[in-house]
Amino acid sequence: MVGAAIQRRLTWQVAQVSAHVRDTPRCWRISLDVELGAWLPGQHIDVRLTASDGYQAQRSYSIASAPEERTLDLVVERLDDGEVSPYLTDELRAGDAIELRGPIGGYFVWQAGLGGPVQLIAGGSGVAPFLAMLEHHQAAGSDARLSLLYSARAEDDIIARERLDEHAQRAGVEIDITLTREAPDGWKGRIGRVDAAMLAEAVIPASEQPQVFVCGPTAFVEGVAEALVAQGHAPAVVKTERFGG
Amino acid sequence: MVISRGFLGRRRDGDRGGRLPPGQYDVGDRFPVLSAGPTPHTPLERWDFTVEIGRQPAARWSWDEFQALPHEEISVDIHCVTKWSKFDTRWSGVSLDALIEAVSAPMAAFVVGFSDGGYTTNLPLADATGGKAWIVDRYDGGPLDPEHGGPARLLVPHLYFWKSAKWVRGLRLLDHDEPGFWETLGYHNRGDPWLEQRYSGD
Repeated sequence: MVGAAIQRRLTWQVAQVSAHVRDTPRCWRISLDVELGAWLPGQHIDVRLTASDGYQAQRSYSIASAPEERTLDLVVERLDDGEVSPYLTDELRAGDAIELRGPIGGYFVWQAGLGGPVQLIAGGSGVAPFLAMLEHHQAAGSDARLSLLYSARAEDDIIARERLDEHAQRAGVEIDITLTREAPDGWKGRIGRVDAAMLAEAVIPASEQPQVFVCGPTAFVEGVAEALVAQGHAPAVVKTERFGG
Repeated sequence: MVISRGFLGRRRDGDRGGRLPPGQYDVGDRFPVLSAGPTPHTPLERWDFTVEIGRQPAARWSWDEFQALPHEEISVDIHCVTKWSKFDTRWSGVSLDALIEAVSAPMAAFVVGFSDGGYTTNLPLADATGGKAWIVDRYDGGPLDPEHGGPARLLVPHLYFWKSAKWVRGLRLLDHDEPGFWETLGYHNRGDPWLEQRYSGD
């Protein structure tokens, strides 16, 4: 049982920012050195910020790196009206300390032992937990079929573009990116929003019984999950994670 | 504790007279949606609500029968474990006291709410009765949207909102505790937001 491994007290830990890199116009990748123990790809952590007067704010972020990697990485999208994300993207820098606890969540997870096929469907920064799954798939030498359908606004908004291109070269991995707002000349990927027709074409069919993970904004996740069920995927194999909360 | 250099935070006045539990923020007019899987759509003519004793059905209401039960208007603050809180949410529903009193279960000490899609959540009877929990079928004056748990959901506002199971179809009265979906996946068994009982061990 996946859940059994995490039935222990989650204490706040101090993490050091080892790298702080702007990945796209709106998203930053923050790499943290922290002794958290092994996490499962798909799990998240809570970040806690403390102001000098003691005021605190907490938010959850998916872990974007595999447990086999050296750092625990987050993909943080800057929400202009947010309380925490502008601090993480604009103020935080390499060498700073930050508090976090986790790993949290035992449902929206995939590890090599669960096998395949696996269909991942991401909207925007919802790709973060899938980056962890892809890295783990490689590090573990998994032969499970892993297919990612990833919706981004424009080419500049594709998170971890270079790594995704590298993953796409690996046996058993498919990376399918669709751009919803603008596509450059010569773009070889898909164009347009993820809808029922695109899902029918791009997703591992229900007859092959994939485990399906959907992560993104609420409207994206609702629409995708609904269409998948209509296309014959059993509701119980479609796992969802939403942000915007 | 690590002070986050340059972090001010903007909601220090936002606890609204002590109504914001520790670690939460006021989400304002938005109503975020969280669920672990696809939204089920059970037609009302196939919907029913069952109270079980152990695994045995002891009372059952069709949608129309449920509508005819006395409803209460509830205005409460709700608190999601993912950190948002929403003040003054308005619901209408049937008190769990009324539903549980419809059966005779002197052994009952715990309640499991079970939902379409297989979701479950557990409550001690003391958290489910005494005017603290409802099965609600209306939100803000209208029918409850499917993505917010319609046609009907549990409402247990004094605990984190995962206890307020969406798409609820029944209650199971038990003489022992049976941790539900999130409660077996690392989340706290009771989930009191004022004690910040988010995760197992908190």
